[in-house]
Formats: sequence, structure tokens, C-alpha cells
Amino acid sequence: MKNGALKKDRLLHPFWAIVQKEVSDHVRSWRFMILLALMTLTCIASLYTAMMQMRSTVSTEDAVKSFFFLRLFTLSDPDTALPPFITFISFLGPLLGIGLGFDAVNSERNKGTLSRLMAQPIHRDYVINAKFLAALLVISVMFFALGFMVMGLGIVAIGIPPTPEEFLRLVFFLLLSIFYVAFWLNLSVLFSVRFRQPATSALSCIAVWIFFSVFFSMIVNLIAGAVAPSDDASADDILGYQKSILFLARLSPSQLFSDATTTLLVPDVRSLGPLTMEQVVGAIPSPLPLGQSLLLVWPQLTALIAATMVCFAISYVLFMRQEIRSRQ
Amino acid sequence: MGEPVIELRQLTKTYGDFTAVDQLTLTIERGEIFGLLGPNGAGKSTTILMMLGLTEPTSGTVRVCGVDSTRQPILVKRRVGYLPDDVGFYEDRTGLENLLYTARLNRIPEAEANRRAYRLLERVGLTDAAGKKVGTYSRGMRQRLGLADVLIKNPEVIILDEPTLGIDPEGVRELLDLIRKLSRDEHITVVLSSHHLHQVQQICDRVGLFVAGKLIAEGDIHALSAKLFAEEPIAVEIAVSPLSDELAEKLEQLDGVIRVTRRNGLMEIGCTEDISAEIARTVVGCGASLTYLNKKQYGLDEIYHRYFEGGSSA
Repeated sequence: MKNGALKKDRLLHPFWAIVQKEVSDHVRSWRFMILLALMTLTCIASLYTAMMQMRSTVSTEDAVKSFFFLRLFTLSDPDTALPPFITFISFLGPLLGIGLGFDAVNSERNKGTLSRLMAQPIHRDYVINAKFLAALLVISVMFFALGFMVMGLGIVAIGIPPTPEEFLRLVFFLLLSIFYVAFWLNLSVLFSVRFRQPATSALSCIAVWIFFSVFFSMIVNLIAGAVAPSDDASADDILGYQKSILFLARLSPSQLFSDATTTLLVPDVRSLGPLTMEQVVGAIPSPLPLGQSLLLVWPQLTALIAATMVCFAISYVLFMRQEIRSRQ
Repeated sequence: MGEPVIELRQLTKTYGDFTAVDQLTLTIERGEIFGLLGPNGAGKSTTILMMLGLTEPTSGTVRVCGVDSTRQPILVKRRVGYLPDDVGFYEDRTGLENLLYTARLNRIPEAEANRRAYRLLERVGLTDAAGKKVGTYSRGMRQRLGLADVLIKNPEVIILDEPTLGIDPEGVRELLDLIRKLSRDEHITVVLSSHHLHQVQQICDRVGLFVAGKLIAEGDIHALSAKLFAEEPIAVEIAVSPLSDELAEKLEQLDGVIRVTRRNGLMEIGCTEDISAEIARTVVGCGASLTYLNKKQYGLDEIYHRYFEGGSSA
């Protein structure tokens, strides 16, 4: 204790000791290897598709003037039905988040390590905060690595470097993807606090994921069909209807994510809601500058962060109130 | 001796209608080995969790090493080692790595942590297994690793929850020896909970009996048996033939005999002191033959049964 105070700043803080251990656990685990392999394969596959498409469909003139590089991430192949990079991310990102979080707390509890951990002089919230942070770090490094890898391969393959704006757009896209995965990570941490069995929590997470990525849009379409105004409804009615359907659709995090990524990576997108003729009249048909695109996705980004925070807050409160007993 | 390390005052913990710990007052002194004895669900683990500040008491206070556990659990946990029942380790890490992780959480500098870890692994006899993954350890090895894990922070008090559960008798003996040596060598206060009375009896200086959240008796084994069997600390069981009333009367008149009861062809004689030789002489003197004599000392077994059987019917 005496020289402990002197050396304190040179010693690793217990919080970072947990983060360090969690990160190394993730990186060593088979689960992470498999997810990483899956993500790498999809990256390469989508890059390949995009390049095939670029060769055949994009004219040279087009290439020079309008964010050619970004198309690496958005082009899909209609013949082989291989989706573009962003679709892959919006589909596999949640799986990554779920994979890294679904057994965060309950496996420690089941293995009996939680009570041993809690008997050490650390605050209880260190455990859950460190677990979240560690998974987030792993995801961030992985996404930036994959994103930059695709960029690099793209430069090599098509020979056109990205403009600074394109580069910034891609960085923002990667950040956005990290937030999106963070949401799923937190949801799975929440389930791992709530459910004692890792299998239950994994299945619940996957159920939510499938619900949002498959069924939710169907349900929205169903509602949209049922409440659609008649053909002779006034413009206000139609506008109101459109807005409420969009609102419903945006309750899904994957919708928010795809809205935001499309805006960031396809600068031609000018609005995410309905536009009236009056608004369109006089608009110059040119891509939006980065600042404007960011402004457009701000609500989506805020909503994603808010959803992440809500999940985290609930799991935090649940965890703080839980009894620390060994294996029950 | 005489310096209190753990002080519980009127400690109560309720879960809804269920009272897990009821008005518990207990003082444990420095250097003692104290046994919390009771059946499952008697509130031993809950009491331990409250000592560590891992569970908040409904009412009452806990002071460990002079610190209020409920308000400053971190300070308490810095000085108290806790071995949970059924302790778990990170299975894909080696024993050494598990110890070093605990050391890191306790802010022990890396070099010092290494030194302590090796010394402790040697002490608990796991030097050879230090580099093996904990997943390959046997139950007894895990428990010994748990002991090393608890000791790496140089605690003043160690609390062991059911440390002997699920280990074979030889392992139990080794573990208990180890605990006793540690307590004596390093002046560590040990609190251990168990429902295996024989083990507790072997190494504890004092025990507390828990039934349904209440501490019904505490003290060393002799004090306990003296207190609980004040009238008849010793019982002698004999089998004689022929079993005559005359003999029974003679036995009752012996000095130190309190009562004589007959049961299933046996005679049970409650006495204030050990007079089995007198009894044997009397029996033989009457011309009867003594076929069996058993001196029953009231150990924890009897204490246990007397209380817990009473406790379950109450």
C-alpha cells in the first residue's frame, strides 16, 4: 500500500485489466475467428461483384465525376444476386454484435467466475462496462481493418484513388457501422444479463435480429397496404400517410442503418422522406456535399445511439441489482 | 487475541417474506478459525455475501477490519479474500494466468505478482500444474488454486464458502491442513462455512450454529457441548445380560450417574463425568455379563442432530 500510491499511475487500472483480458479472450476465441473469416469472405465477395459491375456498367465519364470509388461499396450484381458491401454489413453486423455479447455476463455466472471477480476490490459496474468497451474495441478495429482493406484492394484493382471527400464518407460509414453493431452488442449484453442460459440469450437475440431484418418490413408493408389512402385523397393525406409509414419503418434499427448508409455512400440521395414537387423544383441535380449528407443522417445516427444507450442502461441497472451468487 | 475483525450487529436480510438472516450478532476475533455450521439454506452464504458488501443487509451493520462493508465494500474487499463455493476459473487460461489476473485486479505490480503467484502455487502444491489450463484441473486442484487466488492479495481475513464440497476425503484433509497452517503461520483470520460438521470440528477454534437464519449457539466445541448438554455431557451405552431392574437401580446409585434409560435392549446411562470403568465393575459385580460398552461423547454430530432435527420440526 505504501509504495502503491507512488506507483499507482504506472500500474494498469483494474478497469483496463478487465478490458485487456476481455479483448484477448475475444481475439483468441473460435467464435471471433469464424465471424472474422465470414466477414472477410463477404468483403472480398462484394468487392469482386462491385468490380465486375463497374467494368460493365459504369461509363468512363461517369467515373470521373461522381464518386466512382464509393460504388465499390454499393454496387450489386443483378445477375448473380450478390448484394453489395453495405447490405452485407447490415445483415452480418448484427450477427457480429450478438456473437460477441450474448454470453458476456451469464457465462461468467455459470462458470462461477463472476462471484470470484466481484470479490476483488473493483466496482461492480467495471465488469459490464469493460465487457462492452472490449467488444466495441474489437469490433472497431475489425471494421476499420476490413474497410481499409476493401479500399486498398479497390485502389489496386481499379486504379483510381478515393478523393478526400470519398475517404471521409467511408470513414463516417465505418463509424456508423460500428454504432449499428454496438446497438446489437448491447442488446445481446442485455439478454445475457437477463437470461441465465447463454443458449436462451443467443436465441432471443437471433429472434430479434431476424424479426427486424426479415419480418419487420413485411409487417410495415402489410400495415401500409391496409391503411393506404384512396387514389383521390388529398396531397396532405398522402404525405401524412407516407410519413407515418416511414416512421413505422424507422422503428427498426436496420432501416435506420440502411437509410444512413445510403445517404453517406450515395451522395445523390437528397432526402430520406417524401419530397413534394415544390421542394424539388429549382433543385440542382447534383450530389450533396458531405456536410449536408451528415446533416441528413443526423436523426438516424442519434436514434441508433439512443437505442444503444437505452439497451445499455437497462442492462446496467439489471446487472447492478442482481444478486451475485455463484452458479444459480 | 481479543481484537475483533468481523463484527455483525443485529444483521437481518429478507427476500420478500422470506427471512434469510435474522437478527444476527456475531464477533470474530483476529487469528481465529471460525466455522459457520448449518444445513443448506440456513443463511450462511447470505451472511458471507453481506460481510463482503456483495449483498446489502435489510437492517443491521457489518464491520470487517473496522470498515463498514455495506458502505465501503471496495476497502473491505482489498483486505478480505473470498473463496466462493464451487469456485470458477477461466478454463482456457492457465492456473498462473488466472492468479495474475486476480493480482492485476488488486493492483499488485507485475513483478511482485509473479513472485507471489509462484510462491503460492508452490505452497498449495500446484507448481507442476501452473502452466496447464485450468480446464484440465481436478476438483481438488481447483479448490487449492482457489486458495492461492484468495491469498494473492495478502488478505487479513479469508472467507471460504463450503471449501470442502465435492473433494475426496484425502483432498479434504490436505486442504484443511493447508488452511490451518496458513492461519497459524500468517495470522490470517479464517471464516469457513460448511455443513460437514466433522471437518469443521477438526480445524475450527470456534463454531457458530446456523438454523433458519438464526445463530442458535456459538463457542468452541467443548463450550458448545457443555452448554447444550449441561446436565449430561457424557453418555455410556451398555448391553448386559441378563438385564435386571436390580442392576439398573445399582447403576443409578453410582456417583455421577444422572439417569438410566433402557432402549432396544441397551442401557443408556447419562453421567456428569467419565465413569465407564465404575459402570463396568458394577455390572460384573452383579454377576451379569457385559457384552458391549460404548462411551458417547457429545460431539458436533449430536449437537447438530439435536438442533437441526428440532429446527426442522419447529
